[in-house]
Amino acid sequence: MKNYNKNKFQALNGGYATAEAMRQINPEVVAAYPITPQTPIIEKFAEFVADNKVDTEFVCVESEHSALSATVGASASGIRAMTATSSQGLALMNEILSVASGLRLPIVMPMVNRALSAPINIHCDHSDSMSTRDLGWIQIFCETAQEAYEYTFLALKLAEKVLLPVMVMQDGFFTSHNVEPVKIYPDEVIKKFIGEYKPKNYLFDLKKPITVGPLVLPDYYFEIKYQEIEAMGEAKKVYLEVGKELKKITGNNYPYFEKYKLEDAEVAIVVSSSSAGTAKVVIDKLRKQGKKVGLLKPILFRPFPQNEIKESLKHLKTLAVLDRSVSFGGEAPLFSEIKNALYPLDKKPKLQSYVFGLGGRDLFEKEVEEVFEELLKNKIGEVKYLGLRK
Amino acid sequence: MLKKSSQIPLGANIIKPGSSKEYKTGGWKSFSPIWDQKKCTQCLICPINCPENCIPIKDGKRLETDLNFCKGCGICAQVCPFKAIYMKKCS
Repeated sequence: MKNYNKNKFQALNGGYATAEAMRQINPEVVAAYPITPQTPIIEKFAEFVADNKVDTEFVCVESEHSALSATVGASASGIRAMTATSSQGLALMNEILSVASGLRLPIVMPMVNRALSAPINIHCDHSDSMSTRDLGWIQIFCETAQEAYEYTFLALKLAEKVLLPVMVMQDGFFTSHNVEPVKIYPDEVIKKFIGEYKPKNYLFDLKKPITVGPLVLPDYYFEIKYQEIEAMGEAKKVYLEVGKELKKITGNNYPYFEKYKLEDAEVAIVVSSSSAGTAKVVIDKLRKQGKKVGLLKPILFRPFPQNEIKESLKHLKTLAVLDRSVSFGGEAPLFSEIKNALYPLDKKPKLQSYVFGLGGRDLFEKEVEEVFEELLKNKIGEVKYLGLRK
Repeated sequence: MLKKSSQIPLGANIIKPGSSKEYKTGGWKSFSPIWDQKKCTQCLICPINCPENCIPIKDGKRLETDLNFCKGCGICAQVCPFKAIYMKKCS
């Protein structure tokens, strides 16, 4: 591994760190509509465009539906195209999300998690991206600004290898607006890593004309969708391969999920994104008291690494899954995935579902500590709501 | 013969021109045109009206309908002034 001594730490929030990654990717087209808390990404990137720091054609569109539509068109033409959004913006893009994946376009979209209306709220929860988990996009959840920066490169290479679009999530405000020291790698190193984009079939290949998006009837639709199912399976393998390549630059690992003091733990929690940071602080504190507690932080959510998660959790006595979103009338999304993953085990850990932080409500160390205390006392039952006034 | 998932270009892209010839839509029909050559005067009204262009013309005369592409719309039977075409339910 080379030691890039010239790597600079910059004081950046998650949004600016993501914009920095987009500057280094230098996509031919970015079409975006501003929405809180995605705004820092796009305002910073627009500055790069205005200052001629990128060659990007920036398309100011009139809505998110148009933003993703323009991105789809640009990507289909045979170039790198990106957009970014949050919450209602993602909801408005919904129709085009499955178009992007169905057309097998390697679009990378930074996504800043924010609660869905109504009631209107601009703060973080995961109900926006969770509502799109079945639309054929690879989904990656980041804890920090550094992760959001680095996973954008991984996402780009992964997308272009398996021809699926990727959402790179970060928590609204907690990550997108909080300033952290972010290690920025040299432009030429990143440029070499992402390489040149050479699509096989594309609209603007005038020597080899193609048709994109034809009508497909019951005799072929199923077969086309099976290609997407296969591609998602492939994405699981390629994710690790690209991660290994990126590690040569950053020195960091890019696993399906992060295990924090999990190997010898008796009880553990599963929680993604910025809240995992809070959980780690609590785990360190409880470990000092001799309590065997740990954490599993999911990163790759689609495709979901079911077997690997099962193997990593099977030794636990009790396990809690903390969801920052709900499924009305059903089990919370992350909880339901983890429960499914554990099903093949003969001896399963006991499971407890917690819902927390809807509409950006803080998750405090004290609450995570209470979760661990309840797990240690084996208080398992119906879904619990952290910090809620019933 | 329908192709397998692994044999089709990704994302349903059509990567070469003229491929609609390979996609036989004749299976859609529930009525098939029956042409009575004795009544036919070769006026050529039917091939002009066929929306699928599947009634071939050779040396100024129409030939048998190409059933690989005929969707059984029945327009040929409707426009024939000599009732030389009728639609028969497919078995």
